[in-house]
Amino acid sequence: MKLSEVQNILNATVLTGHEFLNNDVNTACGSDLMSDVLAFVKDKALLLTGLINPQVIRTAEMMDIETIVFVRGKQPEDSIIGMAKMKNITLMSTDYPLFVACGLLYSNGLGNIKNN
Amino acid sequence: MAALTMHYTVDGNDFTLAGDCSSKVKKSLTQLGFDPTTIRKVAIAMYEGEINMVIHANGGFIDVSIEPDKIVAVLNDHGPGIADIDKAMQEGFSTASNKVRELGFGAGMGLPNMKKYSDEMNISTKIGEGTIVTLTFYTKKIR
Repeated sequence: MKLSEVQNILNATVLTGHEFLNNDVNTACGSDLMSDVLAFVKDKALLLTGLINPQVIRTAEMMDIETIVFVRGKQPEDSIIGMAKMKNITLMSTDYPLFVACGLLYSNGLGNIKNN
Repeated sequence: MAALTMHYTVDGNDFTLAGDCSSKVKKSLTQLGFDPTTIRKVAIAMYEGEINMVIHANGGFIDVSIEPDKIVAVLNDHGPGIADIDKAMQEGFSTASNKVRELGFGAGMGLPNMKKYSDEMNISTKIGEGTIVTLTFYTKKIR
């Protein structure tokens, strides 16, 4: 699924990374627990989360996650957006809650993550 | 080839900076041409360790030694020490504060994740003095 489709499905605002909207994403993970993301996300995935602290960007960086969608209308500070921009990580914000955002992407064909 | 060594200070007072050392090491390993799987394993294990050093131990030092066939990271803190290592290794066991949990960590996955992503993990700890965690990663895949 193209990131532009993700944006459309979630009616999301792109905070940074407009130039990557033509990139593909194969799977997604919805979590507010970064340790779980570090433990279980295997493939390059899109991360949906309600957390907006810098460690979300760090977690994405370590995991090679290239896109983060903030749910429930959360907006990170400009410094966090700048940090993501420097690391070529695309950020979006959607008003949908985590459960609905994940459900919409899944029902539109985005795959799930296989745990160990 | 002599080992390439790097020394970092982990600031224990600023959670926003946690992960900075791991980020720099990840960048260096990428520049050195290590394969992405190895880089990811090192980055994740080190990052969890760095987070632990900030939330539990008021920071410390990390020394990384890079050789073509292995990468060793030694995380050295002067925190309270780990009272029960077996318990600390259990997924879900945590002594982290609620504030740390609200930030997405402190779920008792730190040490288990470090063990999971490293090839060898050694913990040396003394109550009241600190903890040294040594992570070893083996790799032969260098360009």
